[in-house]
Amino acid sequence: MSTSIPTIGVLALQGDVREHQIALAEADALARPVRRAEELAEVDGLVIPGGESTTMSNLALAFDLMEPLRARVAAGMPVYGSCAGMIMLADKILDGRDDQQTVGGIDMVVRRNAFGRQNESFESEIAFKGFEDEPVHGVFIRAPWVESVGAGVEVLAELPAADGAESRIVAVRQGNLLATSFHPELTGDHRVHALFVRMVEEAVRTRA
Amino acid sequence: MSSSTPASADQPQIGTARVKRGMAEQLKGGVIMDVVNAEQAKIAEDAGAVAVMALERVPADIRKDGGVARMSDPDMIEGIINAVSIPVMAKSRIGHFVEAQVLQALGVDYIDESEVLTPADEVNHSDKWAFTTPFVCGATNLGEALRRIAEGAAMIRSKGEAGTGNVVEAVRHMRQINADIRRLTTLDENELYVAAKNLQAPYELVKEVAQLGKLPVVLFSAGGVATPADAALMMQLGAEGVFVGSGIFKSGDPAKRAAAVVKATTFFDDPKVIADVSRGLGEAMVGINCDTLPETERYANRGW
Repeated sequence: MSTSIPTIGVLALQGDVREHQIALAEADALARPVRRAEELAEVDGLVIPGGESTTMSNLALAFDLMEPLRARVAAGMPVYGSCAGMIMLADKILDGRDDQQTVGGIDMVVRRNAFGRQNESFESEIAFKGFEDEPVHGVFIRAPWVESVGAGVEVLAELPAADGAESRIVAVRQGNLLATSFHPELTGDHRVHALFVRMVEEAVRTRA
Repeated sequence: MSSSTPASADQPQIGTARVKRGMAEQLKGGVIMDVVNAEQAKIAEDAGAVAVMALERVPADIRKDGGVARMSDPDMIEGIINAVSIPVMAKSRIGHFVEAQVLQALGVDYIDESEVLTPADEVNHSDKWAFTTPFVCGATNLGEALRRIAEGAAMIRSKGEAGTGNVVEAVRHMRQINADIRRLTTLDENELYVAAKNLQAPYELVKEVAQLGKLPVVLFSAGGVATPADAALMMQLGAEGVFVGSGIFKSGDPAKRAAAVVKATTFFDDPKVIADVSRGLGEAMVGINCDTLPETERYANRGW
């Protein structure tokens, strides 16, 4: 497993799985769908895609995947979540369904659909820590934002304040966990995925 | 349309093709359920639906009642928007762009310009580029799908025959669309011009499909899905997700059937899961044999 190409799963319960698999492949990882605990056990890292977080949460519970996911996160497996995936990685969520569970792992409060409904969905350039040469093009679709973070969480990107609105945290990292409010998988710019592949490679090296 | 305009690069842009099509990408692998009130919408959300379609009557009742079927009451749509946290879609009549304007003003997340309602224009569909809210449209073949995309549709669903509980037309249309796509991928570049002529679709879109081997937007299935196995069948035939209309709330145990269809859609290629979720679901909706339907009562013939 400690060869140069890491195997990265994409949680394939629902969502834009295909786009993440393509982005990971272009960032030189071997990508495969994960729907079962056995499949989760075989990957070095995991992407939780964009999609509907209530559906993902519901199916993860129904097919006994929630506990194995939490166990892998606790054991240090790198995970990247975009949009719904960010919600799934949050320790606490606001505006979710009453009994909506998350995998958790990042010490943050995430507000679901915080930027509004589909008519408010937008694209915008965002300064992203580590990619100083060129901003990241953010595609925000009924997107969440990070309401607050704990001390161990590094903020990677914020949407600057505009029109009287406060600035909002839209990308974070805590240890091996990475999350963005937006969808780099929809843009053809694979720098965020490449960053995640490096995190997985590093974790594999440390483990070996 | 893209992000390349330097003057506005720093300004957030809403209603772009990427944001509209990207919304549909997020629904993939999911089930969109017809609901007629807030209580049904909650049942759908609890069962794991990725979105709900708010309408006054499900297609089976539209068939039964007859008369002109129109956009739903704004109060009813708002009631559903307020009841759930998942996306809410609603239907406008074909070519009735004012109904679509109203739905956009109400804040629905997707507009279905639908043949299930009585068409308002028998020549033109709505200009969907004129809206911030994205549109989904039905199609029975590739040419029809590409004409809708040319008009601005950001998502396509195979039409099937809504309100029948009979999957046969959904299968026919999904097979037709995918067969048309496969055929395009075998053509020489010189042959794509005539292919575009025959499909009655814009050459640029025909060329794009020939290169991609798929539509440039998400393709769902609709019209006749009544069981978990029906949903899985449509997924195995190449649908990227499923609309279920009358099939859930016209059945014996809607909550259980809804959850079963969601699970069968995710595990569409695992017959053991489909068998498991298909147990003890109670009565399915009764259903109509499509070959006994008179031509004038076939919704799939509406739109062109």
